[in-house]
Amino acid sequence: MKRFLIPLALFMVLAVFLALGLNRNPSEVPSPLVGKPAPMFTLPRLDADPQAPAGTANASFSPKDMAGKVWLLNVWASWCVSCRVEHPVLVDFAKLNIAPLIGLDYKDQRADAKGWLAKFGDPYTLSVVDADGRVGIDYGVYGVPETYVIDKAGLIRFKQIGPVTNEILQTKILPLIKELQR
Amino acid sequence: MTPELGQLALILAFLVALIQGVLPIVGAHRGHAGWIALARPAAQTQFALILFSFACLMQAFVANDFSVAYVAGHSNSKLPTMYRASAVWGGHEGSLLLWVLMLSGWTLAVSLFSRQLPQAMVARVIGVLGLVSAGFLMFMLFTSDPFDRLLPAAADGQDLNPLLQDPGLVFHPPMLYMGYVGFSVAFAFAIAALLAGRLDAAWARWSRPWTTVAWVFLTLGIALGSYWAYYELGWGGWWFWDPVENASFTPWLVGTALIHSLAVTEKRGSFKNWTVLLAICAFSLSLLGTFLVRSGVLTSVHAFAADPKRGVFILLFLTVVIGGSLALFAWRAPKVSMGGAFGVVSRETLLLINNVLLMVAAASVLLGTLYPLLIDALGLGKLSVGPPYFNSVFMPLMLPLLFLIAVGPLARWKQADARDMAQRLRLAAVLAVIAGIGLPFLIGAWTPLVALGLLLAVWIFASTAFQIRERLKSGWPPRSFWGMHAAHFGIAVFVVGVTLVKGYEVEKDVRMAVGETVEIGGYTVKLLGVNQVPGPNYVAQRGDVELSKGGQVRAVLHPEKRNYFSSQMPMTETAIDSGFTRDLYVSLGEPLNAPGAAPVWSVRVYYKPFIVWIWGGCLFMALGGALAASDRRYRLKVKQQALQGAAA
Repeated sequence: MKRFLIPLALFMVLAVFLALGLNRNPSEVPSPLVGKPAPMFTLPRLDADPQAPAGTANASFSPKDMAGKVWLLNVWASWCVSCRVEHPVLVDFAKLNIAPLIGLDYKDQRADAKGWLAKFGDPYTLSVVDADGRVGIDYGVYGVPETYVIDKAGLIRFKQIGPVTNEILQTKILPLIKELQR
Repeated sequence: MTPELGQLALILAFLVALIQGVLPIVGAHRGHAGWIALARPAAQTQFALILFSFACLMQAFVANDFSVAYVAGHSNSKLPTMYRASAVWGGHEGSLLLWVLMLSGWTLAVSLFSRQLPQAMVARVIGVLGLVSAGFLMFMLFTSDPFDRLLPAAADGQDLNPLLQDPGLVFHPPMLYMGYVGFSVAFAFAIAALLAGRLDAAWARWSRPWTTVAWVFLTLGIALGSYWAYYELGWGGWWFWDPVENASFTPWLVGTALIHSLAVTEKRGSFKNWTVLLAICAFSLSLLGTFLVRSGVLTSVHAFAADPKRGVFILLFLTVVIGGSLALFAWRAPKVSMGGAFGVVSRETLLLINNVLLMVAAASVLLGTLYPLLIDALGLGKLSVGPPYFNSVFMPLMLPLLFLIAVGPLARWKQADARDMAQRLRLAAVLAVIAGIGLPFLIGAWTPLVALGLLLAVWIFASTAFQIRERLKSGWPPRSFWGMHAAHFGIAVFVVGVTLVKGYEVEKDVRMAVGETVEIGGYTVKLLGVNQVPGPNYVAQRGDVELSKGGQVRAVLHPEKRNYFSSQMPMTETAIDSGFTRDLYVSLGEPLNAPGAAPVWSVRVYYKPFIVWIWGGCLFMALGGALAASDRRYRLKVKQQALQGAAA
């Protein structure tokens, strides 16, 4: 009699795993960068004159400039459809004025990017231009938009792949910023 | 108005399914003739209602009714009519409707072609199918209603995913679903037999043709899907071990085992419990496949947007159906008598080995598919399982199976004579070894894998040919004989295709300016030019690629890169010059020239020897199944069995 129960038992084990699997997101890959220093870069600012010489003040930005601050790096592009979904959330976040939000304009045309910000509003403290996507490679960008929370010591503490939703902002990002700023 | 009618028909169909699922089964249990008689009319009414509902949805698509949310999400006014019609099953809600339409279609077929079976048996089978249908209809009505309105209506639809705008969409899903859903009939027969406590050879004979027909559809559906992936995705591959491919392949493997095990149960009365378990497994895996595709628990090219509510519902449904039937099995199976005894060397033993190998193969494919999920659920990290796992596990399991294909049909039931079999296979073995050693040299370089593949293929070809010749001496054999050998022959054809593609394919990714050439497989491929060509809902860059051999032009191919208006993703349309012994496959990569300059493209040129044999082999397998299912004896003997059953 017992051996006829084996298929049922096997199936029940499988069903438990399937139920556990339902609560997980298979496309979410933990970033190996979490807990590591944010990769360094120096990139021209979107609002700077592209013809200005490299040394000009306020023409470029580097994570070094943010030492001692908790800040957010958001990877976006004017061609990215999900960024438009995420945009209002970022605008709301900027209004709170809790931490600087730096935009990394990824593989984009300057004119398109500027037009996009003019049209939808500019939540960014400033945006930098990663035209060829090199910095994106250092950060392991594989789905735009992506958002990083970086602490005072320059370590990446959180990475969001895909749009930041209001829920993620309220339950994860804001509490984390508060804790890191202490 | 039409969508509301469709919705209403769906709700009515659900109510009818409940009646069909409950009253006939209870009636059969209590011997209530009136309730038993309800089964057939209920099944037929349900089919009519679902067909009507399906027609309503199709009408909404063809008439561009963008006030229906599902239509607005999956169609567009510029979409050609053929794709508007097939876009009905281009998304989640519509594929479910197609699924229940198929299910009610199979039920209708059971109600029509079961006149010779005992009434109580038919009532139970139709009842079980009604319960399954009720579950799916409930799923649709509660979580995935295709007729939901969109207010205000969209001005135009978002368009069908460009990947799906292909004749492949017209045929592949319906075929595949016919197969998937068809196993529900074998399942219903098994459950009905367990409920009745009547698990005998007659039961096996009744469910055999149904199982085989479902298997034929599944074989064709998988082959079509594979061919579609080959020409549409532009990578030149024909099988990717993608979770959703696996979800259709595991029921196929178990279904294949079931077909063989049903033969034993019918002829010898053995393996009864095992056969019932296989019938439950085959359909359970079809349901599990639905769960994996529809719930989004696995990442896959086929995955649809995940909705947690849907996942929970299907999982509950899965637990009730599979858990319930396995519990019924555990309760009833111990009372089933053992069949006739058989010797170590006998057809029973060989078919048992066949079953074990196929089941182990199915289990390892399933394990590989679910492994990322298991590891993630245990919190042990994220990983993915790729083709290397599947190839290294699957291949060794198939080798003994291929070897036994030639041996099995020779063996007698009960007790076979090993020495006699060896004698009759001697010539085939010699031919196979010669082929394994010699053939690879004729085609290209000699490698062990190519040699092994060709050896096994010739082994099957030769032994099949000898067995047919021997059998013809004693008169014209029945269709089931031809069916079995056609299917086995198809396996050998398939093996040739896989072996030679794997062994000798050439893939070149090259940068080509207009007028440049590349040599591949003895052919010269020349890029003549790239022009812009408008399509109905896209603009294409169409290449003109000339194919020549020895200075003679063989063909001009037109691969395309299409930009659909509705999405930003450029789509690759490959151009293939197909042949009996080789395919030449050209697809356009990216333009490499600066805007305005003369066109320079990255071009993928593949040489695929004998690749059409892969799908040709599947066609032979399907043909074999069709022959076997249409064998005369099912029509005759079923009648006799029914008479005996009525008398008993």
